[in-house]
Amino acid sequence: MSATRRILAKHAGKRSLQPGEFAEVTVDLVLSNDVTAPIAIKEFERLGRKKVFDTGKVVIVLDHFTPNRDVGSAEQCALVRSFAREYGIKHFYDCGDVGIEHVLLPEEGLIEPEGVVIGGDSHTCTYGALGAFASGVGSTDVAAAMATGKVWLRVPEAILVKVTGKLRRWASGKDLILYLIGKIGVGGATYSSLEFAGDGIGGISVEGRLTVANMAIEAGAKNGLFPVDGPAARYLASVGVEASEWSVGPDEYGYSDEVDIDLVDVEPQVALPSLPSNTVAVGDAPDVKLDQVVIGSCTNGRMEDLMVAAQVLKGKKAAPGVRLIIIPGSPRVYRGALKEGLFEIFLDAGAIISPPTCGPCLGGHMGVLAAGEKAISTTNRNFAGRMGHRESEVYLSNPAVAAASAVTGRITDPGEIV
Amino acid sequence: MSAPGTLIEGNARVLGDHINTDAIIPATYLVSHDPVELGSHLMEGLDPEFSSRLKSGDIIVAGENFGSGSSREHALLAIKGAGVSCVIASSFARIFFRNAVNVGLPILESPEVVEATEEGDRLHVDLAAGTVENLTAGVSFSVQHYPEFMRRIIDAGGLIDFIKGSDLET
Repeated sequence: MSATRRILAKHAGKRSLQPGEFAEVTVDLVLSNDVTAPIAIKEFERLGRKKVFDTGKVVIVLDHFTPNRDVGSAEQCALVRSFAREYGIKHFYDCGDVGIEHVLLPEEGLIEPEGVVIGGDSHTCTYGALGAFASGVGSTDVAAAMATGKVWLRVPEAILVKVTGKLRRWASGKDLILYLIGKIGVGGATYSSLEFAGDGIGGISVEGRLTVANMAIEAGAKNGLFPVDGPAARYLASVGVEASEWSVGPDEYGYSDEVDIDLVDVEPQVALPSLPSNTVAVGDAPDVKLDQVVIGSCTNGRMEDLMVAAQVLKGKKAAPGVRLIIIPGSPRVYRGALKEGLFEIFLDAGAIISPPTCGPCLGGHMGVLAAGEKAISTTNRNFAGRMGHRESEVYLSNPAVAAASAVTGRITDPGEIV
Repeated sequence: MSAPGTLIEGNARVLGDHINTDAIIPATYLVSHDPVELGSHLMEGLDPEFSSRLKSGDIIVAGENFGSGSSREHALLAIKGAGVSCVIASSFARIFFRNAVNVGLPILESPEVVEATEEGDRLHVDLAAGTVENLTAGVSFSVQHYPEFMRRIIDAGGLIDFIKGSDLET
């Protein structure tokens, strides 16, 4: 069995599960946000329940259009706030506690390896980096799970991604996942799990793995999953979660397909408009004049991301006319960046430092693009109009490439300027 | 004889591959969950005139990976709110597919139908029998039935109504 099926079987009270089977599994965490919770609440109320299945297993984060963008988003937050109060939701993140959900939850120690997490947000798959089954669902699933503590799932096939070798200079987890999506396509893993194995995994930081798992959905996957090895167990211990180590992929019969990647082939990548699979090595990216650079998001808004951006930006300035927006992903990252002196470097570079928010990634606020404008961004989607006007363009990259590009105003290999 | 509500007839509105949820309903409108309001912006990320040309009962016919991207159910509300009666695609993204089952939006996966359909063709869909007839082109197709488990949710009118009277209840 794939590791995903092993986890799901345990939560379905069965010894094994076959791909294609339908299963009802118990959930350990149900997540939603200010965009998906309002519909979930409306559907939950139709069920007529007096309480949620477990007040400690429901998480709501007001991160998408906050600080409130307009009256509509303010009304949505007010609705969610009153639901959280009425039902005694223990993990409700509001005001200064808000972080971007997928940066925040691992830091808060809410993700347990071999647990089942569903969330009304497609990037819920991020938590697979810590050995959990985690998958994005719609608001109606969130409503049902808040009431019953269960979710229905079609048991997925699994693709084994075997990673060998060491990351190149300036390459990171972001480049591994962009390279993989470029290889298998945006529908390459539809309905399947992507399970990562091989001796190359050990050299990818836990933060880098969170980035990899985060974008499993951009290949259409149901979930992305990493084993719990030494670094993962140490990360979990640091946030108060006990974990024992286990590996992925010893049973070669559990997988429908295998993709082999040698990290020596993975140069820093850029995904050109308008699909994440439209990838090239940074050296082969077209020479486009940039209007905006965004460093942050649930994909790349962690401490390590800001550290590498600072390493590139130190003593340099963003090119004239380039709006460099840096978004620490959580209060903890924000404080860490402040303490490490990164804000000084960013402000000297002419950056705008934002509070934690999903904002510009989805064209919500805090950095929306006009018609014809071009941005390079460390976010996860470059669909037409994703960051604003439908005739604007988004290029995806890692934080080092984004930072170097801010300095020159065109897509740039960090090795050229550092 | 098909059960009432399982027969759909409408004109095809043809779209391409990878129609993502940002195209279906741009995020800026996610501050409402009123289907009619959302429906007035349907496909605005792709073509701002789409919803004004749409007629109630029209059927969206799209290529691969329809509904990719975000988990927003607003996409399905917008499609329903605009009066679209059914979506037929070569393939669907996973979250969109399960959301359609959960909210009771009729969708069918059939590359053959998509291949044989042009803009404006009159389609007749029998959900219970699993057939799609292109009345304009004069061809008909059998489409794959939903698995039994999903059928039960669809027959109940969606996940919430299914739970109200089922064993998923705790």
